[in-house]
Amino acid sequence: MFELQNVEKRYPGVHVLKGVDFRIGDGEIVGLVGENGAGKSTLMKIIYGAVRHDAGNVLVDGVPVSFSNPRDAMKMGVGMVYQEQSLIPNLTVMENIFLGFEKPFVRFGAIKWKKMAEAAGKQLRKVKLDIDPAMITSKLTFSQRQLVELAKVLTLEERVEGKLVILLDEPTSVLSKEEIDLLFGLVRELRGRASFIFVSHRLDEIVTLSDRIYVLKDGAVVDVMNSAEADIETIQKKMVGRDVNHEYYREDKQRPYDDGHVLLELDHVTIAGRGNDVSLNLHAGEVLALVGVEGSGREPVLRTIFGMKKPEKGTISIRGIPVRSFSASESVSHGVGYVPRERKIEGIASGMNVFENMTLSQMRNYSKSGVLRIPAERELARDWIRRLSIRVASENSDCGNLSGGNQQKVVLAKWRSSGSEIILLDHPTRGLDIGAKEDVYEMIRDMSADGVGIILVADTLEEAIGLSHTIAVIKDGEIRKWFNCQPGSKPSPYDLIRYMV
Amino acid sequence: MTQRLTMENLRKWVPLFVLIGLVLFFTAVNPNFLSLRNFARIAISSSPALMVATGVTFVILMGSIDLSMEGTIAVCAVLFALMLNALGGSLSGAGWLAIPGALLIGAVLGAVNGLIHVKLKIPSFMASLSLGFVGIGLSLLITGGDRILIEDPIFRSLLTVRVGGFPLMAWAALACLLIAWFIQDDTTVGRNFYAVGGGEDLARASGLNTGRLRVTGFIVAGIFYALGAIFAVARLGIAETETGQNFMFVSITSVVVGGTSLSGGSGGVWNTLVGVLIVNVIGNGMVVVGLPDYFQDGVLGLLVIAAVYLSTDRRSLFFVK
Repeated sequence: MFELQNVEKRYPGVHVLKGVDFRIGDGEIVGLVGENGAGKSTLMKIIYGAVRHDAGNVLVDGVPVSFSNPRDAMKMGVGMVYQEQSLIPNLTVMENIFLGFEKPFVRFGAIKWKKMAEAAGKQLRKVKLDIDPAMITSKLTFSQRQLVELAKVLTLEERVEGKLVILLDEPTSVLSKEEIDLLFGLVRELRGRASFIFVSHRLDEIVTLSDRIYVLKDGAVVDVMNSAEADIETIQKKMVGRDVNHEYYREDKQRPYDDGHVLLELDHVTIAGRGNDVSLNLHAGEVLALVGVEGSGREPVLRTIFGMKKPEKGTISIRGIPVRSFSASESVSHGVGYVPRERKIEGIASGMNVFENMTLSQMRNYSKSGVLRIPAERELARDWIRRLSIRVASENSDCGNLSGGNQQKVVLAKWRSSGSEIILLDHPTRGLDIGAKEDVYEMIRDMSADGVGIILVADTLEEAIGLSHTIAVIKDGEIRKWFNCQPGSKPSPYDLIRYMV
Repeated sequence: MTQRLTMENLRKWVPLFVLIGLVLFFTAVNPNFLSLRNFARIAISSSPALMVATGVTFVILMGSIDLSMEGTIAVCAVLFALMLNALGGSLSGAGWLAIPGALLIGAVLGAVNGLIHVKLKIPSFMASLSLGFVGIGLSLLITGGDRILIEDPIFRSLLTVRVGGFPLMAWAALACLLIAWFIQDDTTVGRNFYAVGGGEDLARASGLNTGRLRVTGFIVAGIFYALGAIFAVARLGIAETETGQNFMFVSITSVVVGGTSLSGGSGGVWNTLVGVLIVNVIGNGMVVVGLPDYFQDGVLGLLVIAAVYLSTDRRSLFFVK
């Protein structure tokens, strides 16, 4: 039996897990659901040893344990089947299965490949996968790789005494219907040997497969249900059930957008490798939210509009003029700004200071024949630091040392000060605390009031609903449903979820 | 937090402390070290190296590497000497055109280097290393292995005329360093070098044309190599294929020892000045102290390792390739 008691986890400025109790019995299949940002992935990381909890206990068969890395967790029988596949593509299947645990096959420093192949074959039979263990992993299909991952985790059976706990993180996201049935059958058969923690956005699957379901919300377990009694609608309600505070999203400041002024038009745009077909219009002053589950294709749409991807078919027009050449620098010069999800990678240059970050996208405005006008840059930075009340010592502070909220303000200031009229926001409030989130909402309203068109991929459904004028629900790369989102007649999260999953 | 900040601040000044420490050490061993004559000697040996190291600093700031300097210098030196002699043999006449000519050749070689790296998507390490060999071959082809002598007294005055105890060459190199500083701090190109080195994804997401920028970086580097070539020729009065020898190790060592990070994005030309001086003070000091040549290379090698260790914050690195 595996148990978490009152587990706490904090990151700077965010309280991720608030006294979580979690228990899984031998041979049990437990579902874990929650919105993005509810703390699911942190909870999983604590279970499989990638992250340490700050307070509380982790108990295996009643004995407190402390994992300092996933290998420790494996020694206690806890294994993880990763969503983003963790197999190394250029190695063979058997090398992957026994990666880091080759010792039993080594004689005098050399690996006995035949012995390893036999052992790997045995593991593969557990998951009913009939492939040559010496195959190079990159040749396998996605579903085969998923099964190899599972086989890899099942090697714990021979290495560890006692029962196993196996985490399945979104295992079905890349599988077809038949493959999902196969996987579920396998999991049910294996429950004699292991218990499973099953994480998925697809609630119907959760209800079908698990015995009990934990609902996580804002870092706390809000309910534990027996699947027999649970229905999808109740789960959804529990997942999003916070009272939506209208003031929180500044709904009183939401003004109708300018219907006659189309800033951006996507006309039957197909993005490579997806076979989808996206059409939308973004107006001046409009906030258009793209809503969908992880991997539903919201991000590729943003990246295509920003010119980082070239659409396969269809046209993108900015202010009525079709875009011909696709590059980020082209888009920036047309007044498109992009606030990426990975702030540390694409948003902020740590090592560069505030004013350098702010002018990075608009150096043409702050230089004369290649020579920078640094005093003007500083002036700009000081102005925006004041306007957005960015908490920094001065415009010379290194952006890498700022808090997430202040970094995000710098990124937004960068695009707003350069006069971008179309701003793409990808999870603009991810990892921010409540106060910083409200600042970002305030800025979004200000931008709308200035006639900026915004395409938003929000962190939560409530955020998308609260902020937007229009919502497009995306599933499998296609827009499935449009919602009009005027204050007073906003759709509820349940309305959206129906089209998302 | 304050602990970390002081540690970071300290790290920034380590190269300068090392330089001062070295000067004090050699002076303690042999008081003759601390003399104007000796410092002038260090300045002469540093001037060409400073130019080459400054050039490669820009490339390293972008997170790339350029190993073509020896070939570029050889070609620039040889062609510079040939042009000077062909145009009347004196800088006072049409011969001065050899200087812009050499800089242009450096720029062209840098552009070729950058274009190969960017357009053919060959790692800068390999592209520049190969082109360096091509350059050496080219200069051998031009000279047939001969040395070209330059006797123009005006050109030689770079070495022979002294102002304030230091030869003109050192002052000229300092002036070029100031230009490099200007490029680094006050131009869009300079700023963009840091942006690309600090995060290429970010630079692209901010709408920078990173390919063109990389090529620009290699061109700027090529021009500074050409300056290095001119100073190297001025020092000996001879241009030959061998003129470029040793510059690769010395310049890269200097940049790294000076505290510019090999992963790009931090450091700068002043770091490089300190690095060049460290390397040359060690070289000179060991002669003054009376240690054999071969010892110097060994010490420099160890120094690079120590410098790279000190200049990177290892806590933020999970693994190193």
